[in-house]
Order: sequence, then structure tokens, then C-alpha cells
Amino acid sequence: MDKMPKWADVILIPLISVVLALVVSGLVVALIGESPWRAMQVMVRGAFGSAYGWGYTLYYATNFIFTGLAVAVAFHARLFNIGGEGQAAIGGLGVAIILLNVAWPHWTIALIAALVFSAAFAAAWAAVPAYLQARRGSHIVITTIMFNYIASALLVYLLVNVFRVDGSMAPESARFAETVHLPGGGDFAGFLGFSATTPLNVSIFLALAACVLVWVLIWRTRLGYEIRSFGHSESAAVYAGISPYRITMITMLISGGLAGMMAINVVMGEAERLVLDFVEGAGFVGIAVALMGRSHPVGVVLAALLFGALYQGGAELQFEMPAISREMVVVIQALVILFTGALDNMVRMPMESLFLSLRRRREDAARKTPAE
Amino acid sequence: MTPTAPAIELKGISKSFGPVQANRDISLSVARGTIHGIVGENGAGKSTLMSILYGFYKADRGEIFINGTLTPIPDSQAAIRAGIGMVHQHFKLVENFTVVENVILGAEDGAFLTPSIAKARKTLTQLSEDYGLRVDPDAIIEDLSVGHQQRVEILKQLYRHADILILDEPTGVLTPTEADQLFRILERLRAEGKTIILITHKLREIMDITDTVSVMRRGEMTNTVKTADTSPAELAEMMVGRKVLLQVDKTPAIPGEVVLSVQDLRVRHGGVDRLKGVSFDIRRGEIFGIAGVAGNGQTELLEVLGGMISASGGSVTMFGAPLDISGGGANGQTRRARGIGHVPEDRQTEGLIMPFEAWENVAFGYHKDPKYNAGPLMDHAAMQADCADKMARYDVRPPNPRLPARNFSGGNQQKIVVAREMDRAPDLLLVGQPTRGVDIGAIEFIHKQIIALRDQGKAILLVSVELDEIIGLSDRIAVMFDGRIMGERLPDQTDQNELGLLMAGVTEGAA
Amino acid sequence: MDFLTILQILDSTVRLATPLLLACLAGLYSERAGIFDIGLEGKILAAAFFSAAVAFASGSVWVGMLAGIAASMALAALHGVASITFRGNQLISGVAINFLAAGLTVVIAQTWFQQGGRTPQLAGDARFENIVLPGAATRIRDIAQQGPLGQLYSELISGHSIIVYVAFAIVPLTWWVLYRTRFGLRLRAVGENPAAVDTAGISVVGLRFAAVLIAGVLCGIAGAYLATALNAGFVKDMSAGRGFIALAALIFAKWRPWYALSACLLFGFFDAVGNRYQNIQLGEIIVPVQFMQALPYILVVIVLAGLVGKAIPPRAGGEPYVKER
Repeated sequence: MDKMPKWADVILIPLISVVLALVVSGLVVALIGESPWRAMQVMVRGAFGSAYGWGYTLYYATNFIFTGLAVAVAFHARLFNIGGEGQAAIGGLGVAIILLNVAWPHWTIALIAALVFSAAFAAAWAAVPAYLQARRGSHIVITTIMFNYIASALLVYLLVNVFRVDGSMAPESARFAETVHLPGGGDFAGFLGFSATTPLNVSIFLALAACVLVWVLIWRTRLGYEIRSFGHSESAAVYAGISPYRITMITMLISGGLAGMMAINVVMGEAERLVLDFVEGAGFVGIAVALMGRSHPVGVVLAALLFGALYQGGAELQFEMPAISREMVVVIQALVILFTGALDNMVRMPMESLFLSLRRRREDAARKTPAE
Repeated sequence: MTPTAPAIELKGISKSFGPVQANRDISLSVARGTIHGIVGENGAGKSTLMSILYGFYKADRGEIFINGTLTPIPDSQAAIRAGIGMVHQHFKLVENFTVVENVILGAEDGAFLTPSIAKARKTLTQLSEDYGLRVDPDAIIEDLSVGHQQRVEILKQLYRHADILILDEPTGVLTPTEADQLFRILERLRAEGKTIILITHKLREIMDITDTVSVMRRGEMTNTVKTADTSPAELAEMMVGRKVLLQVDKTPAIPGEVVLSVQDLRVRHGGVDRLKGVSFDIRRGEIFGIAGVAGNGQTELLEVLGGMISASGGSVTMFGAPLDISGGGANGQTRRARGIGHVPEDRQTEGLIMPFEAWENVAFGYHKDPKYNAGPLMDHAAMQADCADKMARYDVRPPNPRLPARNFSGGNQQKIVVAREMDRAPDLLLVGQPTRGVDIGAIEFIHKQIIALRDQGKAILLVSVELDEIIGLSDRIAVMFDGRIMGERLPDQTDQNELGLLMAGVTEGAA
Repeated sequence: MDFLTILQILDSTVRLATPLLLACLAGLYSERAGIFDIGLEGKILAAAFFSAAVAFASGSVWVGMLAGIAASMALAALHGVASITFRGNQLISGVAINFLAAGLTVVIAQTWFQQGGRTPQLAGDARFENIVLPGAATRIRDIAQQGPLGQLYSELISGHSIIVYVAFAIVPLTWWVLYRTRFGLRLRAVGENPAAVDTAGISVVGLRFAAVLIAGVLCGIAGAYLATALNAGFVKDMSAGRGFIALAALIFAKWRPWYALSACLLFGFFDAVGNRYQNIQLGEIIVPVQFMQALPYILVVIVLAGLVGKAIPPRAGGEPYVKER
């Protein structure tokens, strides 16, 4: 017998956890001497108060959907991929290489090429920690973190020594050709008030498509069935003839590929060139998004939207309340990970006993009214 | 402390875990210097009751009297202070510690180890001699045999001056010889005035050694009787609540062609030789039983035949064609394709994915079967229909395909595994511990299914640590010890004693 | 390369190995008790900030260090509550703590000092001074004129902050605690088989909290060393992955104190070489500075890839303890 109805498990508990995280964040704001109430108003207005705000919110959310799905897919195989940051960076490298070196006639073909290259580069970057985990038992959490540092050093080296435009001091690549410019929010949703002033672009549709595909993969395909089986019990997977090595590799390749696609939104869609540190922590936000979204694509979209709003609202906050550093978003992200991930039982245990006592009372009441 | 007071008296103990009532209003009284047995089916609440007595759980209601004095036992510390010691079914030993380190853990003298260890070594020597429990104090636990590890557990309790000793299923991991030795030790302890509670599901042991016995059923204590006044059949009836057949009904086997032929099979796993050259054949229409104490290579034998681990040498053929026993071809998928079904030893960590719903588990391992798939996607409707059908035919209760596996009782979980592995009528069925942790009703059902499969002309390899089960089901019996087959016997030409000697590694010449 | 240069690199090795060693020993206590701690990084960072901030405000490096230790212990307690009390996922809790530290240090630094997330430069009593051992020379010119033994003494052994000596002393102390005391026996037992500890009537929760809090103290010292001895103040993300490198060193060391010392010295050495030789020329190829910077992280991966043999972690590591029925 389950202790709680399913809706409480998948909706109520994450919701309470997120509210707790936001309340504690508010306390932090109060402790540094600012009004959490006003901060929230500024953030909500900044994120949702205008088409401009929405544009940025959705742009950030696109990033977080990709990185959140990346972490979520790995979670299903009980793999903790903290390397989204580095994988996305290398994905950006793939995008830049293919867009700078080929004269693309139209953005649609370029987009497909960028998709393939971003995913392939990032998947390759994820493959090394995956292989080491599967074959050598090296702790994937630590190796993926190390690969973030290594990716960052590699990108600096390449931007300074290879991609940098002659005569320029800035560690960034040349601008991509005009033909590969992705349609922005103003192009496809101008009627909603979006304009070219925000970086929102067609990548958001890729992100949503990725959600659908991940859902199909995890819950409707044999591979997804095998991934979930392996995630729940490695010994059972071996019993059933599911190769742990194969599942670890495939899952991490998919996870890395999803993280890499995030680069399309930023490198191709926004910056239109490869710049230093373009990932800006999105890989790490993916962890919070996946945890909060219970590793389900629908949850990931909702969580990504929340974090998109936090990023955009946080940027607005810096203008209006300069005392609150932008790193406040990192604090909120940490608290969301803490409450929805590590402290899950803190919310769960009292809720379970609550539902249990509710059911007891209902059963007692049913017993007292004799059947007619 | 009054001289006539019982050593232990429980009054009205109740305990529930969430919606499950594990113990309901239990009262029990055990006289000093006696051995008291507690029997009951799996999940009857025996272990919970003893965990309450040992302070591992706190009872919701009820009182505990030790030697006539009301003694609240909120934690294990309090139980130890009250002179209660417990030897758990799964030993609570630190495997890479020495014997003496394990013995002093929690009973050290002072903050520094050196004097504690010196003193303990002296005391251990004394205790070993007093009770015939010889163990090397400096041996590492993982190097000791299971029987010796159990001695360490008993020594641990005696070192803590336990007067009341609880033993939870102590013979499950022992050879019959070792079990006998244990009983001699228990008798000696009783003679010294210690009180012993013995939890077991083996009625023969109850009859052999206890003075009184209590029966538990569905969380309640239904009867307490003098052992001399009862019989195994009567106890079994009290446990289950109806008459039970203690014997398995079957006709003689009619063996056909050789299905599986194993030659000089060797397995090296985790740096240790687990199988040291095993050879045997299994024919159509026979049940080949492998007896032995857990950990003598039976697990590895099942796993290598099931494709879960690789062999390091030897060969296996099925219907004359070789079976891959190492490399990429050796896996559970290729085994199933060759017509090998596998009921694994541990349904919870191998046979089932506990959070998966029953219908997902019914396809587990066979998920690539076209009948569960529609093109690139899995056909959930077909899987659920198949599950409902199997649940009906294999009497799985409740027959709800949407229930997660973890919400079924042990017996019904096992029925799901059995339904999945047997319903395809595989040419060879590997069965490990088919009735471990399963209630008597389900045991009868599973045994009947195994025999029915044999009667269809299929070959069955049965591994069990329960000698009764091996003797009752098998048409031929092999005994494994230390990675080798010590000998083969026919069930009607052997007995527990002979098999027990083989299980202890006593070779035929010496026996 | 002359002898003095080698000594200078070794001296730098010792300095750079010290925070790793403290963090590694912190991880040792925690993981020996069965609690994974990838939050070492965050604890070091939090301690670095609070020690620097409070040292600046109070003018006393010792008060600063206490504040650093307190901050680190607060995060350790949080890890304990999440992973011991509420039996949460230890990895996720560690990740959350790392982000919490990364975010909070900058947020608070900005509020207190308005210098873009750093503390003001520390000077005087707000920093740990190097201790000159009796008879040691301090000026390069004087050292260069000494004999090899004198150089060894003056350059390598003398002239470190008190924390360096303390850190090295903690290694034998840890060995003694682990293998010669009741606490150590119980600590090792709870990391191997908590059920054995529980049935022996000892509190699993209490032991594990003790271990986690000791880890908090050691990370606190590591952070204080980073901000008030090795550097002169806090800057954003100054822990730079040291917590993770310490974890790799711990695995390399197979969870043993003396091996931990060697492993940390090795990582410290590579760090020192990377710092000294920013661009190494190997024949035609110039090894870029970014490679030298990434070298410690690459080494961690190589070490974890098991080029050093399989390490067996404490058996109950990472699993929350739930009583069996």
C-alpha cells in the first residue's frame, strides 16, 4: 500500500520544497538588509511584466530545459552528471567550428548542422567520464566536475590562440555569417509583442521537441525501459541481460548531447559567435531544474521557467537593488537543490504521516457508518 | 528480582509500521533457564517482536518485564544493560575487523584501545573454553566460515554478560553438523542458567531443542504450548491456520535426452576461485537439486549459467550446442533466447525492479519480445493485458497490474517472478532459493509449478539451502562445497545426515 | 636546475599541499564514517570568506579562523541534517552546499565590502605570518650562501605559517585516533557496517555527526589558510576545485592518513610546478599556460581512472542507514 496519493508525490512535495527554498532565500535577502518583498516584486515584474521580460525569461528557460533534461536523463540511470557546464561549452565549440567553416545557404540547414555538431561534441566530452565510470569505476561526479575545469581551460586556450580574430584583444571568435542568423521572438511571435531586443529565438522549439523526445525515450522505448531498470537496480539489470556498460555509455552520450544543444540557443541564437564562458552556470542550474522537475520533462519545463524568471528577474534586481548581488540566483539555486533533492525526506515524512492519519480517519468514519 | 519470576514477560505489545500492524497485543512469558521457540510464517511478526525486546524498535503499546521488574527498553543500550543479547539472522559484524575488535565494539573499557583489546583477548579465551566456542581472536571476520562468524556473534553477547539470548533463524546458514554443534552450545548455555529465545521456521529444530514454543500468525501470538505436548503437524497447522501438506507430491521422473551439459566449469570472481571445476548433466524431465551451505559456489553456478557473470574456464553445452560462458555472448538476453528461464536467488535485488509496477516487471528480461512491442515503442496495453492474465493463472494477489512490486508480499512477489520465468515453458529453468521468505501457501504453489514444468519434459536446476526442499523436490541431488561437487545422491537413497556431511566437505572416503 | 630551485619548488609544494591535506583529512573522517562529502569545496570556500572577512573586521587572524571554522561547521551540520537525519542523497546535499557557499560568499561579500565579491586585502595581524624556526635564514641571499642542509632547513622546513605545521601534525594524530582509540574503532565500524554499531548499542547518528563536524573543523582550517595565509584576502571561487582534488587524493590514498599525506604532496607538487613554469618549452612544442593550469584536474582524472589500482571504499559509504525490520 502506498503511503500517499500519487499527485501528492509528484506535485505537492516538490511545490512545498520550492516554496521552502524561496522562503529561505527571502530570509537571506532580509538578512543582508533588503526587503525580500520588494525584491520579489522587482523580480516578478522584471521576468513577466513585459514582452521584453518574457523574451529573456524564455531565452534563459530554453537553456535550462536543455541542461535540465541532460541531468534528468542521467538521473534515470542513477548517474549524476555534474558536467553539463563543460559539455555545453564543448558543444558551443562544435557549433562555432561548423558555422565558421562552412558557408551555409540558409539558417535551417545550418541549424541542423549545429544541432548535430553541438550534440556530438558534447557527447564526446561526456563519453570519457562515462567510460571511466563504466569500465574503471571512477566516480562520475568527480570526473565530470574535473572535465568542467578542463573544458574551461581548453576553451580559453582555443579562444585566445585559435579563434581570436587577428588584431582583436577580445577572446572571442569571428561573427557568424548573416545567413545563419536564427529567427528571433520578433520574427515568429511578433504579434505577442516580442521584438529583436531579446535573445529569444527558435531554439525554444528545439528545447520543447527535446522534451517530447525525452519523454518518449524514457517511458515508451525499450532503451528507456532499460535505462530506468538499470537506474533502479544494477544487479537486476545484469540479471535481465541489460549491459551496465552499454546503458552507462548511451545514457551519458544522450545526457551530454542534450547539454551540448544548449549552445545552439546561446552561441548561434544569441551571441552569434563563440565567446568566453557563455554557459554562465546553466549546466549547474540543470541540476536544480532536474531535481525540482522530478526528472520528468513536464517538471523540467516548469522548473526551467522558474529559473529563467529568476535569472531574468535577478538581472533586473541588480539595476533596482544593487545591494543584492547577482550571485543571489546561485543561492536560490543551491536552496532549491537542497530542499527538493537532499532534504526531500524532511518534507516527505510529515506529509506521509499526514496522509496516513487522514486515511485512518476516513476508514474509521466508513466503519462507523454501516453499509445500507 | 524474585526467584520465581519469569526471565522475560511481555504484556500487550503492539507495533505498527505505517499502515501495517506488525504486532498486535502480544503477551509472552519465558521461564529462566529454558529454551523457548517462536515459530510463524514470514511476516508473522516474529522478528519485529524480538527487535522490540532488543530495543531496536519502540513498541507503540505494551510493557516488558525482565526477571519480574518492569524494564522499559527504549534502545539497544537499555536491552544490553538488562542482560539481553541478540544474534541476528544477518550477522552484525564488521567484516574487515578482527574477532576481538568486533567483540569489544560498544563494550570497550575506556577511550584507548590497547588495554581493551588485551583484556578482551583474555576474556575471550576463557569464554571459548567455558562454552566450547573456539575462535581465533585475531582472525579477520571475512576469512572465517559462517559457522565461526556465528560463534563470534554469540561470544559478543556473552562478553556483554547477556543472560537472555535471542537467536533469529540461526541455522539458516549452517550445515546440519554445524547446526548440531550450535544446539550443543545452546544446551550448555541453558545448563548455565541462560534463557534462550529461538526464532525459526524449521519445525524439526523446535521439536529437537526447545522446552516451550509459541506460534505467531499475522502479528498475533496464537498459541504457547509445551514442546513435549505438540507435533510438527500441529505446529504447522497453528502457523497457517489450516491443515498443510508437509510432503511434496510427485511421481517418479522420466528423464529424457540431455538438455544441459556442464564440463569442468570454473569461475573466478572478485579475485577468488568460486567454482573449481564443476561437471554435471541435466536431462529432460528431471529436477537436479544442488544442496550446500550458502557461499559454496551455488550462487556463481546459477549466475554463470544465467549469463550474469563470466566463467574463467570449462564449457557448457545445451542440446549439444555450446553456450557462451564468457565474453559478449554471455548475457541474460542470449540465455533467454536459448530457452533458459531463471528464477534468481534474490527477487528483490535481481528478479524484480521494486518501484516498477507489476506489468513492467512481468516483461523484465523479455522486454524485447515482439509481443510487448509495437514498432520502436513498447506496447503498454499488451504488457498490462499479459500481466493480468499471468496474475490470474498464477494466483498473484492482489491481481492488480498497476501495483508497484514492492507493495506485494514476499510470496506474491515470487509468484510474479515464477509466472514470468515459467510461463514460457523454457527448456531449462534455473531456480535459486525459490521459497526463501515465502509463506507456506505460496511454497506449496511454487513447488507444484516446478514439478508441473518437469512433467512437461523440461530440465530444472534447483539451488536451495533448505535441505527439506532439495530432498522433497529433486530427482537427483548434488552437494556443493568450496566450489566443487562433493557427490551425487538419489533422494530416496540418502538422508539429512549423509548430505550434511557432504555439505561440510567431508569426502566419501572419510565419511 | 640547481638544488635551491628544487627546494623552492618543494617549499611551494608544501604550501600548496597544506589546504589539500586538511581537506583530504576532513574527507577521511567523513567517508570513514560512511558519509560521502563532495561539499568539501563549499566548506573551504565559506571558511575562506568568513575567516578573511572577520580577520579584516577584528584585526585578528585567529578570530578570523574561528569564524571560518564556524561557517564550515554550519555547512557540515547542514550536510549532516540532510544526509544523516533525513537520509537524503549525500551527493546532492554536497552539490547544494557547494553552490550555497559559492553564492552566499559573494552575496555577503558584496553587502559587507562592496568590492565586487571580494574582501579587502589583509595585512599585519589579520594574516598568518610565516614562522622562522631558530637559526634559519630568511633572505634569499643568506640562504644561497648556506650548505645544502642549511638550505633545506631554512628554505623548506622553516618559514611556513603555523597552519602548515599543524596540518602535518594532524596526519599522525589522525592515524592514532583512527587505530588506537575507541572513537576511531567505532568510526571505522560505522563506515563499514552501521548495523553492527547500532546493535552494539552505539548511536549511528551521533558517530556520523561527530565525523561530519570534524570534517567541518578541518575544512574550516583549510579555508582560513587559503584566505589568510596563502593569500591575503578572499576572492570569488578561490577554492578552485581544491575540495574535489582532495577527494581524489583521498581515493588515491585508499582512505588512509599517511597515504593521504603523500597523495596531497603529489598534487601540491604538480600545482607548484604549474605555478612556477607557466610556459614550458618541450623542443618545438610550447606547452600552453592553460594546460599547466588544467594539469591538476587532468591528474585527478588519471588518478581516478585507476592507474594506481582499485581502491576499496568504506563499505557503507554513501548509503543512509535505515534500520532493517
